[in-house]
Amino acid sequence: MKLHQQVGYDPDSVDLMINMGPQHPSTHGVFRLVIWVDGEKIVKSEPHVGYLHRGSEKICESERYNQIVTLFDRLDYVGNLNNELAFCLAVEKLMDVTVPERSEYIRVILCELNRIASHMLFYGVYGLDAGAMTPMLYGFRERERVQDLFQRVTGARMMHNYIRIGGVKEDLPSDFNNRMVTLLEDLKRGVEECDQLLSGNEMFLARTKNIGILDAGDAIDYGVSGPALRASGILEDVRVTDPYSIYDRFDFGIPVGTNGDCWDRYYVRIEEMRESIKIIENAMKDMPNGETLAKVRRIARPPKGEVFVRTESPRGDLGVFVVSDGSDMPYRVKVRAPSFANLQALQLMLEGAYLADAVLILGSIDIIMGEVDR
Amino acid sequence: MIDSRFVVAVFSAIVLMLSLSLVVLFLTYFERKALARIQQRKGPTRVGYMGILQPFADAVKLITKEDIIPARSDKAVYWIAPVAVFIPAFVIWVTIPVARGVVLENLDLGLFYIVAVSVFSVLGLLLAGWGSANKWAVIGGLRAAGQLVSYEIPFIMSILAIAVLGQTLNLRTIVESQSQFAYGLFQPLGLFIFFTSGLAELGRTPFDIHHAESEVVGGPFVEYSGAHWAVFFLTEYVNTFTVAVLTVLLFLGGWNWPTMPFEGLAHTVLSMMWLLLKTVIVIWLIFWIRGTYPRIRIDQLMTFSWKFLVPLSFINVVLTACVVFYGLSLWFLSVLSVLILSGGFWLMKKSAGLGSEYNTVTIVSSRELMENVQPIHVADKDVS
Repeated sequence: MKLHQQVGYDPDSVDLMINMGPQHPSTHGVFRLVIWVDGEKIVKSEPHVGYLHRGSEKICESERYNQIVTLFDRLDYVGNLNNELAFCLAVEKLMDVTVPERSEYIRVILCELNRIASHMLFYGVYGLDAGAMTPMLYGFRERERVQDLFQRVTGARMMHNYIRIGGVKEDLPSDFNNRMVTLLEDLKRGVEECDQLLSGNEMFLARTKNIGILDAGDAIDYGVSGPALRASGILEDVRVTDPYSIYDRFDFGIPVGTNGDCWDRYYVRIEEMRESIKIIENAMKDMPNGETLAKVRRIARPPKGEVFVRTESPRGDLGVFVVSDGSDMPYRVKVRAPSFANLQALQLMLEGAYLADAVLILGSIDIIMGEVDR
Repeated sequence: MIDSRFVVAVFSAIVLMLSLSLVVLFLTYFERKALARIQQRKGPTRVGYMGILQPFADAVKLITKEDIIPARSDKAVYWIAPVAVFIPAFVIWVTIPVARGVVLENLDLGLFYIVAVSVFSVLGLLLAGWGSANKWAVIGGLRAAGQLVSYEIPFIMSILAIAVLGQTLNLRTIVESQSQFAYGLFQPLGLFIFFTSGLAELGRTPFDIHHAESEVVGGPFVEYSGAHWAVFFLTEYVNTFTVAVLTVLLFLGGWNWPTMPFEGLAHTVLSMMWLLLKTVIVIWLIFWIRGTYPRIRIDQLMTFSWKFLVPLSFINVVLTACVVFYGLSLWFLSVLSVLILSGGFWLMKKSAGLGSEYNTVTIVSSRELMENVQPIHVADKDVS
């Protein structure tokens, strides 16, 4: 039962309607949440999206396939490589391209690093949402390390355009292995430090435990995916349940929560970083030498047809649907953005929460507006 | 013919103003450096040696900024709010001694005066919140009102216990009577209550809910800019300094404890330095807490005050009064204080369900999952 029914409220008569966003410091982008509050309690909420709509899907229809990769960089601008990978996998599937072994490994390593960087951003921002300043700096320190490596490998810190149809842009730099050894050491230590700084803090526990509970049934009904779904206790990870690339070769852990509250969603991500490090270590061990780019025509012309590919982006189940009419530009590209689906459950979670909780609940589903609005 | 007392009053007001401003400037620098140290950054380094002149650059920037008054605001209320916040913070210093002879007016009702004046600060915050014509500001102002009024009670009660212990309301006498043992030794409970509710009175982390950046976007100060905002900022640091100094004077023996054997000028100078050193340590503690703790929610804040601090502060006063009345050893009081304080913590930890078993996330191996779950295969590509 909804709160306003419980207490006999007519939501239209509540005193204060507030606009949280689009210019609010903790809406993580240009997201607008209209909330009706009774004192500090939220009676009703209404999310509005669309402030960052750039028509990415439509633009895809007038770009060549290899140009579209750069557009995918700009969807989820924190998990760039994972987005590039999703699109490239889709086109490769359509064209029946076999990707060289080495570039498969490079893709996995970089995507998992990207996941760590993304979760580190989440960690920092979540600390800031909860009112702690220091996690921000700790999270960004680790994220910078990963980005420095990306800069060395791909030439860019964020919009990489590194994963190409049929492989990756170029081979890894010669000092890659040495840098990775130190980077992984640093990241391992960094994750532990971050964990100790915030996770067990009594005030943080009091703020996040049993807040914004999303039970398993609702999570599935709303199409929630990724860490938010796993926090609700559902064992679902596209890397394992529908493996793509070479993820089926690695043995790693999948963190699963029990309560589906904010703390679980937070901690699932912390554990995921640890598991990503394990994947990277294994991948580094087995990485073969050889080609990094398959023989693909420079201007790709996939045969007529359509394809759907789903991958596990840092935010959840990222689906890419491509329809080709045989020309050098796709007929239609549709992105199933995990942030968008996860955001749908927000209204449900906000019921009966405090104003201060709204910030933490919104933070815990870790939306990226570039992906929500596309 | 001007009354000479008037000249002295004006002169001392100017001196007080200048020294407080200096303290504030130093505190902003100190806070930025302290937080930077906690957060593995360098803090200000550009303006002057090690960025020591950064506060002056900040001040110039703030004063020269455009002072925007929102069109819909209640102009008079909006204007008066910073003043209403600043005056009590400033006036409180009339009776706070920094050495045996260095005090503007050594009131016999000093503690009473401090308590009476400090209550005023909530008025300014409420005015600021209301006058801004901004919903966030209103919420912030109301939060401030609720918070400051709630924490006023334990704050005053812990001061009352000190008055019972010292048998006076005169701050100088209180400090002088701590020459052997600081009252904090006899009243760790009182020290905890005073410091905690002091933090809440200041609106410092973890009680900074009324100007929480991530929730109410700066609360009552959201519409203020330029010099008006600078006044709020100044007040916040003056108050921080005040609470730290009061903690030192009331509980940590001021300039007198553990020893101050000098006389005359040496006594005055060394007293001030000793007091400042202790104050800096307390302020460092405040900054340290700011660097490490998240903020608590408004209902938790109220629960903490009314269900935890207020009962404890009453117990503290009664206990102190009994011990003093029956002439028992004061060490008896300190033992009881520690016991009650740890008992309170134990209760709080237990009632909030914050045991060590907080980790509800388990890890499932991917191999295990692969064997048990039938993989969902998306339909293969359809080339037509």
